[in-house]
Amino acid sequence: MKNTPSVEEHLEIYRKMLMVRHLEEGLGALHKEGRTRGPIHRCDGQEAVGIAATAVLEAGDKVTTTHRGHAVYIGKGMELRPVIAEIFGRETGACAGRAGHMLVADVEKGVIGGNAIVGAGIPAATGMALSMQVMGQPNVAMCVFGDGAAQTGICHEAMNMAALWKLPVVFVLEHNQFGLTVPSDVQSSVKDISIRAAGYGMPSEIVDGNDAVAVYRAVGAMAERARRGEGPGMIECKTYRLEGFSTSDMGGYQTKEEIAAWKARDPLKISRDALTADVDEAKLVEVEAKAKADVDEAFATALSDPMPQFAIDEACNPYSEAH
Amino acid sequence: MALMRYAEALNAALREEMAADPSVFLFGEDIGRYGGVFKVTKGLMEEFGESRVRDTPISEQAMTAMAVTAAMTGTRPVLEIMYADFIPLSLDALVNQASIYNYIWDGKVKMPFVLRTQGGGGSGAGAQHSKALDSMLAHIPGIKVVAPSTPADAKGMLKAAIRDDQPVVFLEHKLLYNVRGEVPDGDIIVPLGKAATLREGKDVSLFATSKMVVEAVKAADLLQADGISAEVIDLRSLRPLDVNAIVTSISKTHHAVVVNEGWRFCGYAAELSATIMDFAFDELDAPVARVTLPDMPIPYSEPLEIAMLPNADKIRAAALATLK
Ligand SMILES: Cc1ncc(C[n+]2csc(CCOP(=O)(O)OP(=O)(O)O)c2C)c(N)n1
Ligand SMILES: [Mg+2]
Repeated sequence: MKNTPSVEEHLEIYRKMLMVRHLEEGLGALHKEGRTRGPIHRCDGQEAVGIAATAVLEAGDKVTTTHRGHAVYIGKGMELRPVIAEIFGRETGACAGRAGHMLVADVEKGVIGGNAIVGAGIPAATGMALSMQVMGQPNVAMCVFGDGAAQTGICHEAMNMAALWKLPVVFVLEHNQFGLTVPSDVQSSVKDISIRAAGYGMPSEIVDGNDAVAVYRAVGAMAERARRGEGPGMIECKTYRLEGFSTSDMGGYQTKEEIAAWKARDPLKISRDALTADVDEAKLVEVEAKAKADVDEAFATALSDPMPQFAIDEACNPYSEAH
Repeated sequence: MALMRYAEALNAALREEMAADPSVFLFGEDIGRYGGVFKVTKGLMEEFGESRVRDTPISEQAMTAMAVTAAMTGTRPVLEIMYADFIPLSLDALVNQASIYNYIWDGKVKMPFVLRTQGGGGSGAGAQHSKALDSMLAHIPGIKVVAPSTPADAKGMLKAAIRDDQPVVFLEHKLLYNVRGEVPDGDIIVPLGKAATLREGKDVSLFATSKMVVEAVKAADLLQADGISAEVIDLRSLRPLDVNAIVTSISKTHHAVVVNEGWRFCGYAAELSATIMDFAFDELDAPVARVTLPDMPIPYSEPLEIAMLPNADKIRAAALATLK
């Protein structure tokens, strides 16, 4: 039963959250040095959502995410190096440098994928769930989406069809309080967006999105229900984006007090505090050092990986005779 | 061979492909219990069940996006969008989703979905139910766009489209559904990407799409009475386009008329003219003539609508002008 993570599972979640935090901080530092390209959307402070939600998934399950998907990529099993190499446009990137950090996919791992058209991940996951239902597969699709995405028209269409047909899809709402710079209460008619789930006849639950165990429990139960063929559900994870919308955010709309209050409830701290009950300090320190070392090594390798060469790619040309 | 209506030929293609491959499924508005507003999916829900033939809510945006990802994950969806005029609602899924993944994910996904829709004027359906938005679709790299004009091609091309591993937009025409024609028996496949020469001629080439092919054939009859031998080429695959067939025909006739039921400005006929300039300029004895819809909304009243649609007389006039 997947309702509560074992100590080992929680430790693994903690390790992955740490890796993502180091990844985000590393990207921030390289951005300051002018070594990144294009906007990068960091998820500092939100790691528990992407990592703990995907921790309940099985190998054949699929996940779609947003433009802020680093935690989902790592959570669903992608290695650091292809993710970082993709962020730096390298030939060794998960998508050979063609996708960039917002659109990463690893089809074999079920990451299909990041999506930077706000809202588009919602029907994307729903379509995969439709495919699973038609083929009678015992899998689920998960959609991690934002509080901004929840306001799109396509969200309504997709959730209605998901519930109407009892599709095996779990909607994980990453409510980080903002859609770009606009606060959620300025763009949403309701504070708790998941009350809308009732309008589709779907169950929902609100959880502390900074508590990995709470996220895991709620999402796990909803995924099991979906897997049993009882239909979709929504988990609203309340969290907060500690850094800017992207590396090009000039700020000015998040208050110091607000940031400090959420920093005090950092998901890494919450998980560490909980783990100390069952895990030795020495073990935690070891895991922490390893996470940092792995990220440092992945950055070093990815940054020295070769750049791709442009060529018209006949293998990817749907009009070529090969297809 | 069997004499069949165009709609029946499509129905036969769907039935055969669904029977052969359990991953083929259909969804769209009114397609199940009712059998489709143009009756193309008649009887299929009874035969294949409610999981594989789904009546949907009116949700074109999400349905198109769902077809894309369902196709990426092991099924072959065939989505019906009731009118081509609703294609703007499907555009994000086509432009920002379907068209990009093959390339940006480095060839690791297949997207075998078919979006069937029907467009075109002449039925009094008004400004929101009569358009041919061919160029809007054919503009998108990564999508195939086909438009059969005969029942035989309707069947053979739909079967090919369903088996294709890439997205195919399949354009039908509301005034072709009742057209009858001989359809070969059995598992016939008409490969996508090839034009068909419907009539050989030596003085002028008429290149047309969808229902305009029927008008071009009538125009060729009229021109014959004028003493002119017109070649009629059915550009049943809008993209990929059979450029060889175009060049071969113009090398023979040295005169070209391009006919499409869409708007003129930035339209599919404009693309055909530019393609001819690129590949057959030296063969031309006169500028390419374009026959299209004028750049305006499609009116309702019969004399207004009939006056604006391209037809055999307009094609004949354009051919005569280019031969002057
Ligand atoms: C359809 C669309 N509209 C607008 C944008 C620009 N944009 C990118 S992210 C974003 C905010 C999304 O907010 P939310 O869904 O809450 O995600 P978050 O950035 O908070 O993770 C906007 C407006 C876009 N990419 N796509
Ligand atoms: Mg947000």
